Amino acid sequence: MGLLINTAFGLYCPQADVYLDPWKPVNKAIISHGHADHARWGSVSYLCTTSAAPVIKYRLGDINLETMAFGEEKRINGVSFSFHPAGHILGSAQIRVSYKGEVVVFSGDYKTVNDGFSESFESVKCHTFITESTFGLPIYHWTDQKIVFNEIEEWCSNNKKNGHLSILYAYSLGKAQRILQGISENAGPFYTHGTIEAVLKVMRNQGISLKNTIQINENTTRTELLNGLILAPPAAQNSNWLKKFEPVRQGIVSGWMALRGARRRRNADKGFVLSDHADWKGLNDAIVLTGAENVFVTHGYTDILSRWLQDKGLNALPLETNFEGDEIL
Amino acid sequence: MRYFEELFHTLEETTKTNEKVNALIQYLSSVPDEDKIWMIAIFSGRRPKRTISTKNLRLWAAEKSGIPLWLFEESYHIVGDLSETIALLLPPPKIEVQKSLNDWIQYIISLEKREEKDQMDLVYNAWDSLNTSGRFIFNKLITGGFRLGVSQKLMVKALAQFAKIEPNEIALKLMGDWSPLTYNFETLLSSEQNEGSDSRPYPFHLAYPLNELGDLKENPSDWYAEYKWDGIRGQCIFRKGKYFLWSRGEELITDKFPEFASFIRSVPSGTVLDGEILPYKEGSVLPFHHIQTRVTRKKITAPILKENPVAFRVYDLLEWKNKDIRSLPFMERRNLLDQLFNSIDASLPLQLSPILSFSSFEDLIKLRSSSTENGSEGLMLKNKYSPYASGRKRGEWWKWKIDPFTVDAILIYAQSGHGRRANLYTDFTFAVFSENGELLPFTKAYSGLTDKEFLEINHWIKKNTLERFGPVRKVTAELVFEIAFEGIQESKRHKSGIALRFPRMVRWRKDKVAAEANTLEDLHLLLKKGK
Repeated sequence: MGLLINTAFGLYCPQADVYLDPWKPVNKAIISHGHADHARWGSVSYLCTTSAAPVIKYRLGDINLETMAFGEEKRINGVSFSFHPAGHILGSAQIRVSYKGEVVVFSGDYKTVNDGFSESFESVKCHTFITESTFGLPIYHWTDQKIVFNEIEEWCSNNKKNGHLSILYAYSLGKAQRILQGISENAGPFYTHGTIEAVLKVMRNQGISLKNTIQINENTTRTELLNGLILAPPAAQNSNWLKKFEPVRQGIVSGWMALRGARRRRNADKGFVLSDHADWKGLNDAIVLTGAENVFVTHGYTDILSRWLQDKGLNALPLETNFEGDEIL
Repeated sequence: MRYFEELFHTLEETTKTNEKVNALIQYLSSVPDEDKIWMIAIFSGRRPKRTISTKNLRLWAAEKSGIPLWLFEESYHIVGDLSETIALLLPPPKIEVQKSLNDWIQYIISLEKREEKDQMDLVYNAWDSLNTSGRFIFNKLITGGFRLGVSQKLMVKALAQFAKIEPNEIALKLMGDWSPLTYNFETLLSSEQNEGSDSRPYPFHLAYPLNELGDLKENPSDWYAEYKWDGIRGQCIFRKGKYFLWSRGEELITDKFPEFASFIRSVPSGTVLDGEILPYKEGSVLPFHHIQTRVTRKKITAPILKENPVAFRVYDLLEWKNKDIRSLPFMERRNLLDQLFNSIDASLPLQLSPILSFSSFEDLIKLRSSSTENGSEGLMLKNKYSPYASGRKRGEWWKWKIDPFTVDAILIYAQSGHGRRANLYTDFTFAVFSENGELLPFTKAYSGLTDKEFLEINHWIKKNTLERFGPVRKVTAELVFEIAFEGIQESKRHKSGIALRFPRMVRWRKDKVAAEANTLEDLHLLLKKGK
């Protein structure tokens, strides 16, 4: 992979002197999306998609940020870079890098199914594909999100009947918007934790239409909350935030909830299996569709997915990263 | 089986006792009797006989899922539960079929007499007609071991409310050797004496751990003290000329200890004794592993008997002259027990656990600190006026163990955990330095840290991996942990020459570097002291 090399700072393109999702400060960084393990603080200049930019700016502060629409091309010292929808969250991109006819695609995080909110995943032909593998095991296959939203709605209405508040823990960037988009208005009104409300505000300002939400403050009463559904980031689960609203029922919305062990470890009342990453089938389909002869597997079950791809006759190797496993919630 | 699935998920999802009890009652009110009794049987460890080997289940599941066996095994390692792994891997069902719990269990039992090929087809059929949750339960019914938080106490509470019978009576009925193949729900709960009730044990009275003497508010003279024996809790039953031995795990272990059969010569029929099976030879208590050999071996041969002699040390009398005397104060039960021992043949391996004399709590502290010299692991404190309760009851029986041993050791290998800890590195191997500076692994430990600490250590492990062997990572020898354990023994199997009992992590010694950990020499000193 001469076009891109793996360094202590992250994936590096020497020809263009550019890093992809670097985990340490560099000169020029191209960012796949705004999650904290991909968009890190401290680099001199950044490039990301137009729709991902507002959140990245909100999170990283006053940075030197250039944007580019999906499908546009930018040339740096003869190397061509372009963004293609990864379907992971709003504005998330696969990064296509090509030089003298050689094409490498860095997937970033992706999912192949359309969630009705993020730009839909688009397959990009390449010689080398660097794929994530967060859920790269055959035990993971996602059910249609409609079914999951129905489960959530039923759970909320049962809680209401029993006088319990419903609180859903979901990533503030990505999952929270996907839930708001997909869930029935009847489950509302939707109350939010400040962290989630802040991201929603950024997106509303960039012209994205989202259901109405009410941020919880010190004057919010239990009676109000009982009528609706609360959205909070996973980190709020262990804080005293909701103590005064007991009894509450807590649900976690995450792909990890597919395993009983993970559900029990998180100590939630209910786990809803909904992920913004590709499942086993999604990963396999995406890899085949690129037509790549070389596959590098990163972020997740790298060894296992590589071996499986090797069994299928592909040139596959694990690509170690510094932040492997960080996304275990 | 829908109701059973629902029950299972509710029990798993909630940590609240009341909700669990309600879910059990809800289940009992919704299903026919045969499904009721199977539920009770399954949650008390009485599962149907295994008809399919797990080896075949793995092979068939891998084949049916279209994945190679290595990938099946990798998945299993991460999920940590075979039934769940299979349920998750299989392709979606063809048509979902609803059958009752009893129907599925009969289906599984009927597999026993089939050819292997037919067995496979029938298992495939079942998988094809169940969704993920149904398959999981089906697989569990085959492999057994639901390992769910349904304590006997919980089950008793639910059944008592459902059937409107006294909890103590229910607890008694649930004990012993019964199976849904020989009992139905009605006979199980009926007041009639059932067949097999001669062997039925009483629920064990369990002690709470005492952390400090302050928990004992009462007068010292209200208490009896005994040594806390480190063996296997057992109940010896003598009824109608027959003898039975039960373990605390409600297993009939009569055949594992044939030498106790001779007690019948000295103990009158209509007697039930509570006590400890102890590894014992010529006046002294032996290390615990002798008794493990006795329990784990399928066949108890003459050499095993000879190398691992045992005695039964009695501390309570539950039935006397065919009468249940559990409601008498401990003092009176103990008097009757002393009387019984006046006529016991002294050559039998049947002994009385002595009552220790003390006049103040200070005396107790001294007694406890010298308890290891007598081959015990601390003291038992029992209220003189306490009845023999069913299960754990606070405030009447206390166990007051000696403080465990601790050493500081260095983390060298990490492996991801199972079940609740799947996905996290939680199984750690620890080492100490030998005299010539070699790092020698000497124990594994799994538990004792908080989830937060595990996450932090996981992060560290990923950044400090030196080598990988399958699921195991060798890490930089840098982090120091305090390991607590209950005992230390010589071991020829380990290069370090020692083996620990009940090792667990007490704390992460962030204040220490590897060079400050204990050494192999320290461990060998502990070994000498332990003897």
